[in-house]
Amino acid sequence: MKKLIANREIDVNEEGYLIDFSQWNREIGEGIASNCDIEMTDKHWEVIEYLQDKHLKEEALSIRGIKKSGVINIKEFYALFPKGPLKTSTLIAGIPKPKSCI
Amino acid sequence: MKNLVILGAGTSGTMMASHLVKKLPKKEWNITIIDQYKTHYYQPGFLFLPFDIYTEEQVKKTGSKFIPKGVKYVQEKIELIEPEFNKVVLQDDKTLNYDILIIATGSKIAPDEIEGMEGPEWQKSIFDFYSYEGAKALRDKLREWKGGKLVVHITEMPIKCPVAPLEFAFLADSYFKKKGMRDKVDITYVTPLDGAFTKPKATKALHHLLEEKGIKEVTSFNIERVDYENNKIIDYADTEVAYDLLVTVPTNMGDELIERSGMGDDLNFVPTHKHTLQSKNHDNVFVIGDATNIPTSKAGSVAHFEAEILEENILRYIEGKTLKEDFDGHANCFVETGNGKALLIDFNYTQEPVEGTFPFPGVGPLKLLKENKMNHLGKLAFRWIYWNMLLKGIPIPFVSSKMSTKGKRIEQTA
Ligand SMILES: Cc1cc2nc3c(=O)[nH]c(=O)nc-3n(C[C@H](O)[C@H](O)[C@H](O)COP(=O)(O)OP(=O)(O)OC[C@H]3O[C@@H](n4cnc5c(N)ncnc54)[C@H](O)[C@@H]3O)c2cc1C
Repeated sequence: MKKLIANREIDVNEEGYLIDFSQWNREIGEGIASNCDIEMTDKHWEVIEYLQDKHLKEEALSIRGIKKSGVINIKEFYALFPKGPLKTSTLIAGIPKPKSCI
Repeated sequence: MKNLVILGAGTSGTMMASHLVKKLPKKEWNITIIDQYKTHYYQPGFLFLPFDIYTEEQVKKTGSKFIPKGVKYVQEKIELIEPEFNKVVLQDDKTLNYDILIIATGSKIAPDEIEGMEGPEWQKSIFDFYSYEGAKALRDKLREWKGGKLVVHITEMPIKCPVAPLEFAFLADSYFKKKGMRDKVDITYVTPLDGAFTKPKATKALHHLLEEKGIKEVTSFNIERVDYENNKIIDYADTEVAYDLLVTVPTNMGDELIERSGMGDDLNFVPTHKHTLQSKNHDNVFVIGDATNIPTSKAGSVAHFEAEILEENILRYIEGKTLKEDFDGHANCFVETGNGKALLIDFNYTQEPVEGTFPFPGVGPLKLLKENKMNHLGKLAFRWIYWNMLLKGIPIPFVSSKMSTKGKRIEQTA
């Protein structure tokens, strides 16, 4: 699927997650965030960078991991990205939605 | 003489002992297995214990009975693994050297991970059924409970047997119906996942069943704490769910031994190659069952499929051959749905559970992802199979360690 974000055609899946991380840049992130009614601050970007770094290292993302991230605690994480913080933040970060394995 | 040491004599460790004693030459290899407890529990039975469907005797037996002749059984707590020195230290300071180590120490509940969970209300109005003591205490509570809000809750993933909490909710529905008090009980299922299950087709089927039984669902609930004074659980988004009786599955973690030995991840699970079952950090250390961090269900059936592949890989390792990358994440779970019925799911790393027939394509007699009575008999038969076949390393007829796509209705994705 193609979606127009920040005036660029981006490949996304049915849920809107980027398929190709190389298409991501800050403006794209900004564009997705505004669709989610989130105004990005430095703290938001710090979290996004942390998530992207984890993703590139192929480390699984979880709420528990956030607790130990040293970047943010879980309460703040929910305040920055209300409702489903992991789902929203990974959407903005241009990385796949974390799947909790079974 | 060389030494192969197995840590843990639960489902996986006992199976590996049964497999390897038949294959390793007795003149060259000593096999030792270590466990802290005398009793071997049939954990799948913990689901039935609270509802008085199984008795205490049906879920526990003396562990040493299942250790095959030719394997040395040591009942002692394991204190430390020192992989750099190929050494294991026991609680009594005795040390064991090994040439090959198999870690099969499983996983267990850690209710102290959540504030307020293991507090003064633990086993009074807050229960688990993932431990023998918990399941038994819950049974006694249910026998006399007069009704109210029952909340069935998962703290965080991964948990062993991820369908067990759903089954608990289904069985609770039929239990209270049978007692003639279903109208006095309000059942809510609370999960951190965004649906009843992780895989789309099964989620749909299970969601439908919850609805049919009048069980409410609260999804994407990441618990922060239990407010035991006001009887509610609260998540990080400040959503609250009130309970009179909370049945929770606490965080599941690997044994502290793994943490002490510096060999685990955040949850004390050992990083393991998902296709070979060799540990990622030490070539002569292999990991099986709930103790691994591999992305498949933590279940006895999975451990059974893993055992067949691990046996082969250990023999290959001894012969200096490359390991087979054969484990595909195969899981096969009966899901008890109450009223004498169950459904069956069969899946692996890449294939989600779908509808179909099992194990014979087009025939069954078991049905995938559909409720029927035959599946329920399958689930009950599993207890006999567990004690008499699984632990002894006898293959289950017609079910191979690698998942088969035969009989499954798989849609072609474009
Ligand atoms: C409620 C419930 C329902 C379930 N239902 C099903 C089902 O229907 N089907 C299914 O396939 N699976 C089911 N399971 C899962 C199944 O029971 C487990 O996946 C299986 O037992 C895992 O085997 P294991 O050998 O890896 O771990 P375990 O069987 O837990 O064994 C680990 C062993 O290691 C020992 N150990 C750990 N640390 C130490 C130490 N430091 N020193 C000495 N000994 C130690 C422990 O004492 C234990 O005996 C269920 C589990 C639960 C809790």
